[in-house]
Amino acid sequence: MAKDTDTGADTGYMGGDKELKWVGTRPPRPDGVDKVTGRAKFGADFYVPGMLIGKVLRSPHPHALIKSIDTSKAEALTGVKAVLTRDDFGDRSSEFVPAGEMMVNYRDIVRNVMAREKALYEGHAVAAVAATSNAIAKQALKLIEVDYEPLPHVIDAVEAMKPDAPLLHEDMITDGVEPAPTKPSNVAKRVEFTIGDVEAGFAAADVVIERAFDTSPVHQAYIEPHACVASVSEDGQAELWTTTQGHYVARAHCARLLDMDISKIRVTASEIGGGFGGKTVVYLEPLALGLSRKACQPVKMVMSRDEVFRASGPTSGAHMKIKVGATKDGKITAGQAELIYQAGAFQGSPVQPGAMCAFAPYDLENVKVVGWDVVTNRPKVAAYRAPGAPISEYAVECVIDELAKRLGIDPIDLRLANAAKEGTRAAYGPKFGPIGLVESLEQAKAHPHYQAPLGPNQGRGVASGFWFNIGGETCASLIVNEDGTAALTLGTPDIGGSRASLCMMAAEELGIEYDRVRPIIADTASLGYTFLTGGSRATFSSGLAVIEAARDVVRQLCERAAKIWEIPTDAVEWADGTAKPAGANAGDFEPMSLAAIAAIAGKTGGPVVGHAQINAQGAAPSFGTHLVDVEVDRETGRVTVLRYTVLQDAGKAIHPAYVEGQFQGGAVQGIGWALNEEYIYGPDGKLENAGFLDYRIPVASDVPMIDTVIVEVPNPRHPYGVRGVGETPIIPPMAAIANAIENALGIRFTELPMSPPRVLKAIDEMAAAE
Amino acid sequence: MNDMRYEAPDTIDGAVALLAGGRGEVRALAGGTDLLVQLRAEMIAPELVVDLKRIPELRSIAAEDGGFRVGAAVSGAELGEHPGVKALWPGVVEAVELIGSTQIQGRASLGGNLCNASPAADSVPAMIAARAVARVAGPAGTREVPVEEIAIGPGKTSLAKGEIVVSVLLPARPARSGDAYLRFIPRTEMDIAVVGAGVSLTLDESGVCSAARVALGAVAALAMLVPEAAAALVGTTLDEAALERLAAAASGACRPIDDKRGTKEYRIKVAGVLARRAALIAAERAGRS
Ligand SMILES: Cc1cc2nc3c(=O)[nH]c(=O)nc-3n(C[C@H](O)[C@H](O)[C@H](O)COP(=O)(O)OP(=O)(O)OC[C@H]3O[C@@H](n4cnc5c(N)ncnc54)[C@H](O)[C@@H]3O)c2cc1C
Repeated sequence: MAKDTDTGADTGYMGGDKELKWVGTRPPRPDGVDKVTGRAKFGADFYVPGMLIGKVLRSPHPHALIKSIDTSKAEALTGVKAVLTRDDFGDRSSEFVPAGEMMVNYRDIVRNVMAREKALYEGHAVAAVAATSNAIAKQALKLIEVDYEPLPHVIDAVEAMKPDAPLLHEDMITDGVEPAPTKPSNVAKRVEFTIGDVEAGFAAADVVIERAFDTSPVHQAYIEPHACVASVSEDGQAELWTTTQGHYVARAHCARLLDMDISKIRVTASEIGGGFGGKTVVYLEPLALGLSRKACQPVKMVMSRDEVFRASGPTSGAHMKIKVGATKDGKITAGQAELIYQAGAFQGSPVQPGAMCAFAPYDLENVKVVGWDVVTNRPKVAAYRAPGAPISEYAVECVIDELAKRLGIDPIDLRLANAAKEGTRAAYGPKFGPIGLVESLEQAKAHPHYQAPLGPNQGRGVASGFWFNIGGETCASLIVNEDGTAALTLGTPDIGGSRASLCMMAAEELGIEYDRVRPIIADTASLGYTFLTGGSRATFSSGLAVIEAARDVVRQLCERAAKIWEIPTDAVEWADGTAKPAGANAGDFEPMSLAAIAAIAGKTGGPVVGHAQINAQGAAPSFGTHLVDVEVDRETGRVTVLRYTVLQDAGKAIHPAYVEGQFQGGAVQGIGWALNEEYIYGPDGKLENAGFLDYRIPVASDVPMIDTVIVEVPNPRHPYGVRGVGETPIIPPMAAIANAIENALGIRFTELPMSPPRVLKAIDEMAAAE
Repeated sequence: MNDMRYEAPDTIDGAVALLAGGRGEVRALAGGTDLLVQLRAEMIAPELVVDLKRIPELRSIAAEDGGFRVGAAVSGAELGEHPGVKALWPGVVEAVELIGSTQIQGRASLGGNLCNASPAADSVPAMIAARAVARVAGPAGTREVPVEEIAIGPGKTSLAKGEIVVSVLLPARPARSGDAYLRFIPRTEMDIAVVGAGVSLTLDESGVCSAARVALGAVAALAMLVPEAAAALVGTTLDEAALERLAAAASGACRPIDDKRGTKEYRIKVAGVLARRAALIAAERAGRS
């Protein structure tokens, strides 16, 4: 068993031979009943006496200088208790800090939360009010006079890169270019990842395929809009209830933006109605706190769906060029990519992870990926499941499919021939440990889905995907109650069933029943700093902390038993949920259960509480392969997804049903991304589809039941072998569907979404050409 | 900020008097699946909302002269469970049942769909094809109006202040008649028609089409009757050539806009495709009746 120096605990893989009682089973989730009965409190469900309603005034212009803001009429309106503008926030210097798997810069956050010199996108917050009613708050917004000087705008990233494009930030000098440009531009950064020599690789190839791809920005489309309640007292103590993926991270951002001590802000995470990365950043929280601080009354703020679309982050749209070379027998000799990702109004698109992931599923000697981070007059992008990876891997997986067709090799066989495995060095640096790509491909090939016959106008597609997964700072406490039940205190908000998995691991370690462990997500004052639920880290990192806390409890229980029996502590062992005398004392005393020891804990030293505070290391990547069948209506261009199978490595599925839920959810979001989701801007730079009617995420009847196969190649750095699973499932769908459409029609689509008008046009053009 | 008044009279006269007497903006309310959305989006700010759902005439379905009179506030779910209407005008019923989802069906009405005057309203092309007639009550009495004359532009109707649609008559029809409605949306539900096509036709004993009406939705400012498309069918057995002419006439009649829901080019093409598919379904139903 490996000793993990980072956590100070034995957290290496225990091996697959230990019999497990809870891990791998499917008990109901502790939060389930509250959620199906409506009892669970989501962001907008908090009510506090004397609560005001806060509303945001948003820029109608995609790009404008803000010459002045006059709030005097709004402030004079009866019922208005506070008004907030840029003058209420101190400026921040450039400083990047991590938020999930993305970096954020306080200079930019303070400007995104409240426009400063300029409004940079339609919907950019310009002022906020708090009033005694919704109606008064709305009326107050109308009384705020903003003097704008509209400026030319740019929506498309390629347009934004042109020398004469409207400039968003007058001081933006492209980073990562030698020598540094002398003139500002909309290009924030250039990144590059190279191994080997791609020119030599292409020279050795028999076939080289080069293609350009475009993807549209897509929103995380969490069903619950952003919402919070803030309450700041006269002495500056603040409470914040918010729907977030990370309440500690939200606290840090708010403290920084509002010049408050971290100890003054206590944040409670509500239940969360989806985040997918989009709730790793702050929008309303600093405004609600700022308004409440001014009004000395609680302030509630809830975004409308329209605001969610106009002012919160989608993921990037991108323009990409991919070039792949291979020998006749299917050995890939080189892969090259140029990725242009639009970041929205502030730098920080996920182009870097996109570039790192592009060719990660393959064992390649020669790779060169160059990425560009480009600002445009759109809302700043935020993380969205495996940020950056679905975009670049979509493009590469389409080219791999085309290569397979050109070489006459089965697309799974081509992938198998080049698949990354243990020991492969990824283009971005590290060598992979044990990984499950080959297993996912082999199981895909053997799956009945892959052999099933197809009808007319039907096609089948395959694609694989890779995501890193992360660990990070995490705390957990495990309290043993007097009656032998346990309370589990966690710091990662539960988005996908993590409470269940974490209780299962606690029950497994303690040897007690699953339903005797009751979890809570603690507020920020009740448990040490815990990084957010993102990067597929919650079950992995909080899992490690819970196991360590449980082992701490077991150690204490053995000590107590030793005290009772008056034998040395190391003469007590923990087995089957009981303390037993061991070694020379074996059989001398009746084993004591956790409940028996807990009942008399007062006499042996007081309450038993286990704790862990770790920086979780050893997160392992997850690879997956998707199979999809589609049918195309040649007269309307509609693509119907007929059958879908996700095969993905979970390391070890603690709760298989929730792992399957992650697989299915990712596939469904990917289907929307592939077929219909897009932002539609008018020539005026305004968003025309800021709602679910015209921003078309799939409805239940649009998708078949998504079949799942959980592949288990254990992570050696986790006692049960866990890998993160939440992000990889959204990576393969776009390419898998594009490949299936190609298989049905013989037409290669290189632009997302593959919406009916686009598909019909291509079919008609092909017919006309014949 | 003015308070909104809500009234729920139980007679037609009561509703008409309230609506006619309102000082500012007044609105009738049936299922509210358009009205409430518009209120919340602040597209409208009525001073008075008059709920029509307590008026018996607006909530009943009755046989009349071999056809059916459907109350304007009857919900889609109620209409869908009426075996008589379903047997006589399956195309109209399927059009109403396409509106929204199961939840929306519990509320959405034919009258609301008609009076909301959206060019994309699903039941309207089907009703036009069915030669449906609306009964309108108002301060000046009652009048009978062909459904295609209710909407006069997107969101605008020919109803005068105080007028409401009480019911819609789906008339009797000859033997060997059938109708059908198809729409295109990018999803399978919860969406607005990019194109809608309603076809009603009658076959003679030898299977030749003796009468037809074709109506299209979402391809112009108003849902419209397309007589040229119907003419392509009459006198034929709906052979390939006739269907080609039908599709061409339907496409040719379109005056669509390019918008976020579809391009002109796309709507024009798909209008022909749907008219043709709907005609085949209608003929198949006529053959069975
Ligand atoms: C989620 C969702 C999905 C939808 N999907 C579809 C769809 O697929 N297809 C579609 O066509 N529509 C759709 N709609 C729109 C709407 O549901 C339909 O138009 C429905 O038929 C409206 O009926 P209602 O009874 O709810 O009308 P209401 O909202 O009550 O009224 C609509 C309008 O008509 C007026 N009005 C109502 N009844 C009368 C009357 N008897 N006399 C005079 N004026 C009257 C009202 O004042 C109002 O202006 C959808 C709406 C939603 C919210």
